[in-house]
Amino acid sequence: MLVLLGRSGSGKTTTLKLVNRLVTPSSGEIRVNAESNAQVDVIRLRRRIGYVIQDVGLFPHFTVERNIGLVPKVEGWPADRIRDRVQELLHLVGLAPELAARYPQQLSGGQRQRVGVARALAADPEILLMDEPFGALDPLTRDELQREFLSLQQRLHKTVVFVTHDLREALRLGSRIALMEAGKLVTVLAPQEFLKSSDPWASAYVRAFENGDRAGNRGTS
Amino acid sequence: MNVIRFILQNHTQVLELTLEHLWLVGLSTAFAVLIGVPLGILIAQRPKLNKPVLASANIIQTIPSLALFGFLLPVPWLGERSDRLAILALTLYALLPIIRNTYTGIRGVDAAVVEAGRGMGLTESQLLFQVELPLAVSVILSGVRVAIVISVGLATIAAAIGAGGLGEFIFRGLAMVDDRVILAGAIPAAILALLADLGVGWLERQLRAR
Repeated sequence: MLVLLGRSGSGKTTTLKLVNRLVTPSSGEIRVNAESNAQVDVIRLRRRIGYVIQDVGLFPHFTVERNIGLVPKVEGWPADRIRDRVQELLHLVGLAPELAARYPQQLSGGQRQRVGVARALAADPEILLMDEPFGALDPLTRDELQREFLSLQQRLHKTVVFVTHDLREALRLGSRIALMEAGKLVTVLAPQEFLKSSDPWASAYVRAFENGDRAGNRGTS
Repeated sequence: MNVIRFILQNHTQVLELTLEHLWLVGLSTAFAVLIGVPLGILIAQRPKLNKPVLASANIIQTIPSLALFGFLLPVPWLGERSDRLAILALTLYALLPIIRNTYTGIRGVDAAVVEAGRGMGLTESQLLFQVELPLAVSVILSGVRVAIVISVGLATIAAAIGAGGLGEFIFRGLAMVDDRVILAGAIPAAILALLADLGVGWLERQLRAR
């Protein structure tokens, strides 16, 4: 799991969108599975890549079941196989089976994002792109979803590219952290190396994080 | 009460003219939907076309209806039958609310929903028919509703060029200085507008995406 870390406007989201061609590069080449992604059909490419965003973007006029089952459906799966897959995914992301018939606005923020993750996993993509998926959640729900996502990942072993500006989240989830600043990749480090890094941007990030932490502790004591 | 008596005495003619009126409005609205909805979709997807298309529809709207009927009268195929001409003019007038509401409805769909749909690999037409149009349908239909109500009123003027409809009573009543005759055209027209409004409102509720 690669985490793209950086402040707002540093190019994390753009980098992510280059992978599934929601953004086209002005120059250069993006390789997905050792193959230039400009060479493959864009629809095929995107269906092989799960995509989760902060605003979730569930289809408000579809039930949870249709939301999760949409890619399988447009891929032409038979109805009973889609139904089974939806139940399997609901279970996987920790949602009760009866939620399948609900509409998105009847769900809590955490439940919606779980549906978002389930929808991205529906057609069993090898790659998962996640753009601050837990950013809009309250701290408790975020913690819960991070923990569950880690254990999910231990079972599924997807290639995940995860965008966040939160160092704590990056340290917790990332097997590698790619630090971005002003549209450029600064460095790629393992979480433990990141904390000790002498790179000025990395240490600035760690310092800001520690300051925030101390302020937080003072606040609670 | 004189009006009601007059309508009852002339009920075959009232019915005939009401049906003519319905035909003018129904056909022109259908054409306007067939032209206006695709145009609205087009300008929602190509923002460059937005201004010229909406401006043209707006300009048409500002031409006084009687003048537009008059302008079109000498046009060869159209001028032969005044109902054709009336239907064309009514179609032109109905375009603006339909184009504008289709555009607004589609642009109003939550950007995150569209991005998620595109990101998960929906084709542009799947995105349009399964996501954007269903979510925009109630806004589009409220445009159709406005168009119909405008058309029912405007169609009364079509009688001036001999296209028939309930305007016949109104113009005849004006010439005869007889309120009963005017109202025999105006009341059914108002009822038609109300019924059409209710009907589309009902359709809107049936189709409304949750």
